[in-house]
Amino acid sequence: MRRARVAYGGAIHEALEHAQGVRLADGRVVAEEAVVWLPPLEVGTVVALGLNYADHVKELSKELTVSSRDEPLAFLKGPGALIGHRSQTRRPADASFMHYECELAVVIGSRARKVKRASAMDHVAGYAVANDYAIRDYLENYYRPNLRVKNRDTCTVLGPWLVDAADVPDPHALALRTLVNGQITQQGNTRDMINDIPALIEYLTDFMTLNAGDVILTGTPDGVVNVQVGDEVVTEIEGIGRLVNTIVGDAEFGRT
Amino acid sequence: MFTLESSLTAALASQPPRGTVYGTLLNFRDALEALGDAVDRAPYRAPPKAPILYIKPRNTIASHEDPIVVPSGIDELEIGVSLGLVIGRAACRLRESDALAFLAGYVVVNDVSVPHDSYYRPSLRFKCRDGFCPIGTPVPRDAVADPNALTLRVEIDGIEVQCSSVTGLVRPVQRLLAEVSDFMTLHPGDVLMVGVPGNAPRACPGQRVSVSIAGVGRISNALVAEGAAA
Repeated sequence: MRRARVAYGGAIHEALEHAQGVRLADGRVVAEEAVVWLPPLEVGTVVALGLNYADHVKELSKELTVSSRDEPLAFLKGPGALIGHRSQTRRPADASFMHYECELAVVIGSRARKVKRASAMDHVAGYAVANDYAIRDYLENYYRPNLRVKNRDTCTVLGPWLVDAADVPDPHALALRTLVNGQITQQGNTRDMINDIPALIEYLTDFMTLNAGDVILTGTPDGVVNVQVGDEVVTEIEGIGRLVNTIVGDAEFGRT
Repeated sequence: MFTLESSLTAALASQPPRGTVYGTLLNFRDALEALGDAVDRAPYRAPPKAPILYIKPRNTIASHEDPIVVPSGIDELEIGVSLGLVIGRAACRLRESDALAFLAGYVVVNDVSVPHDSYYRPSLRFKCRDGFCPIGTPVPRDAVADPNALTLRVEIDGIEVQCSSVTGLVRPVQRLLAEVSDFMTLHPGDVLMVGVPGNAPRACPGQRVSVSIAGVGRISNALVAEGAAA
């Protein structure tokens, strides 16, 4: 099942995928463009992975001083950075390098504490597509990547759907790609994760309890490029969804 | 009926906090000075420019008298007393001049860490363990005349081991709120810790730690070794 949260007709609704768009829980069928898409769940803790695809590590190797071999490079984001499908993300005027990151989001379905690899997938409720933007101009070498890079309003797009885990037989064999204005700029496959989903759950739950609604953003492959105001950025994962976002400038936010 | 006053009260009454708890790194001058010339060398290569924040996720949130578990293989934990700013209204792009009006109140927080040397890419293992963020009961904004003039204290087994003044902040409360809310909205119920004083004291299993701020609150917690009967 593919579930969404949308605003329509003055209220927030749970909705399911439908051939003509979405079907609200109250029976109304509404076109994709007629609703406001929210992130498909109200998230708890959001854990994100840096450098979890071998080719992306190579891409960024010039600026690395540590290896991701020792321990997964995990960091946290707050829920306030999240927005939904068909939304707008602000590119500040002073940014020189802002890039998308297409990532498989893993949603935890039940409390997980000191879970071993063999049973880790039992705690997964489902999956979504995430586009986790970064503005590299604001990177500093303290708590890298710092929240000014990774926890900005509008800079983490999640959706359109929460896809039930039961509908994804192998989450480690999904093609990912990003298109900027229709041109493919990033391609990869979830099979190339350095730390796969069970490894991440085992690692994290060894020291912190994960709860239902917590989300793990599993990292992005090679191919991140600079995006500009006006660009349409589509992040897609096979079988999970196609997440659309548009880059807007400071003027939209009343900043001059 | 929704009123601004009811929104502020709701943010205060929620225990534990219903939002996200953010910490600010190196915002006490003595903590920054302790790094010395290291800020100019690898891996840092420059002193911090913008506020550096981190998150204490919801599994870390604990209360007065909850035991703090010292993981096996670790001898002692760092006890980080901090002043938490409890957000009362959506705080986005605040001006320093009226930033305090967006607060519901203040709360004392114990930001517990496994001691670690590097701030470059600290592992979540150091700060994000279950129960590593005991937090007090907030007091309303009006209970504190000047949040930049408070004194933070740590006691271990009843003996004061640290006493620091908030006057030592690199970014005073209003400026911190203005700079943080320029890139991320703080939501009602969120807590922004203003920083932890330098030379945070350490405590071992079997010891009892208290963090307090006069006029804001005091919380005490016992440290227990992992695996010990609760």
